[in-house]
Amino acid sequence: MRRWILIAVPYIWLLALFLVPFLIVLKISLSDTALARPPYFPQLDLSEGWAGIRAFLSELDFENFAFLASDDLYWKAYLSSAQIAAISTLLTLLVGYPIAYGMARAAPEWRPTLLMLVILPFWTSFLIRVYSWMGILSTEGVLNQFLMALGIISAPLTILNTNTAVYIGIVYTYLPFMILPIYAALEKLDESLIEAAEDLGCSRAKAFWLITVPLSRNGIIAGCFLVFIPALGEFVIPSLLGGSQTLMIGKVLWEEFFSNRDWPVASAVAVILLLILIVPIILFQRNEQRAREADQ
Amino acid sequence: MRRFSWFNATSLTLGFAFLYLPMIILVIYSFNESRLVTVWAGFSTKWYGELFRNEEFLDAAWVTLRVAFFSSTLATVLGTMAAYVLVRAGRFTGRTLFSGMIYAPLVMPEVITGLSLLLLFIGINLDRGILTIVLAHTTFAMCYVSVVVSSRLTGFDQSLEEAALDLGASPFEAFRLVTLPIIAPAVISGWLLAFTLSLDDLVIASFTSGPGATTLPIKIFSAVRLGVSPEINALSTIMIGLVTVAVITASLISKRAAVNQARDMQAAERAA
Repeated sequence: MRRWILIAVPYIWLLALFLVPFLIVLKISLSDTALARPPYFPQLDLSEGWAGIRAFLSELDFENFAFLASDDLYWKAYLSSAQIAAISTLLTLLVGYPIAYGMARAAPEWRPTLLMLVILPFWTSFLIRVYSWMGILSTEGVLNQFLMALGIISAPLTILNTNTAVYIGIVYTYLPFMILPIYAALEKLDESLIEAAEDLGCSRAKAFWLITVPLSRNGIIAGCFLVFIPALGEFVIPSLLGGSQTLMIGKVLWEEFFSNRDWPVASAVAVILLLILIVPIILFQRNEQRAREADQ
Repeated sequence: MRRFSWFNATSLTLGFAFLYLPMIILVIYSFNESRLVTVWAGFSTKWYGELFRNEEFLDAAWVTLRVAFFSSTLATVLGTMAAYVLVRAGRFTGRTLFSGMIYAPLVMPEVITGLSLLLLFIGINLDRGILTIVLAHTTFAMCYVSVVVSSRLTGFDQSLEEAALDLGASPFEAFRLVTLPIIAPAVISGWLLAFTLSLDDLVIASFTSGPGATTLPIKIFSAVRLGVSPEINALSTIMIGLVTVAVITASLISKRAAVNQARDMQAAERAA
């Protein structure tokens, strides 16, 4: 009896506030609307029993999805989100790997402190961390002043409101997600393997490529997914740091919803975004499983 | 630092400079007399004064704190229950769906979570306000809590609970007297995580809030969209300061707890 209540409470909560809302999105993405506000047609009439459900299903259509396909704004937005997410994931890896490597090689008594320094930004507001770059990257910002004072550039660079600023923002805010799994993999690495490789005539660089990188592979893959998946649906970074030409699907969905008030199309955008996300998530899970099997 | 010591030192220095310099610059410029970021016009705390006279920000901060308190508390209760179910309840009908619903919100883009909850609230005619934000935050935060708590639950010996049951404790007593004290650190960090997630959330709150329930991130976002403002610098500095103090305090407390535990273990070993 008690066990039943224990299971039911969180279960019903999640059904009501996670699964049902998502089914509503799915339903609205297949619905038509004249006034861009509820009720959406067709409406489900349960009082008519099976006939009602059949009539309801037969009236759903893929019109909104056809609209998405016909307007190239949406395709471009999906593609450019994927591209921005992929490039920034790669950049995050390039920045994060040396830091994780340095941490794993630091003296053991230093490691907890270094780890806390990496985690601390997690607890600071995401919005504020993105905002802090606005003052740095703007035309009169700290970075341009610094570069001009050094004489490296003579006229200020335009960085804010470009894709470059979006890359910087994503690398900066998601860096801990990349560092932590790579650090976990590198910390476990047996140093004697590298010594053995060097004894057998490997140069340091070659030992790094042949031993260290392959053995940290799982950390690298986990880190890349942890950055890529949230970056794909990102809204805050492109709207604060990106310009009008920065096209990301999270921003498109937001504008479709709040500015155009076209809820069926916004719902269709959301459904396709989820479908695109499911592929990397399945790949990630499969890799996790393989890593677990390899550990045993 | 045995190998590549110069390389390690450089990459750590540059890496941590990259992580912390933007926030340090923000803090420094919050004390700038001038409204412009570009010009340093001398030290001043006038933007802090302006901030504390701005009632919109104070109201939003109060709404945010209330939402965070209620949603993280509710999320901790629900998330701990969910973790207990996942780790201890064994097989039951719909278990796969249950664990799927625990993990799915962690990877779901916030725009989709926000949109779907808004459509639900409109569908059932629930007026948007503090209540709807609390419901939304509880739902996604309970998933984080249950992940944190279930890793602690899997880590400890189930026979302790069984021993309590054998000695005549009711299942609830066994949970309260044996399980809860052991998983308490995870429950507390789950609550803290849920609290910060709620304080920080912009996207879901924007979808689920209504007129009269503006949270601080929504307020900051609309102010920041217009450009850099010294009042936001002051506000950010206060928030960064509070987080730093909180995290350092928490880590000192957990360090002391670890030291105490080690001492107790040694004492127990000596006694045995």
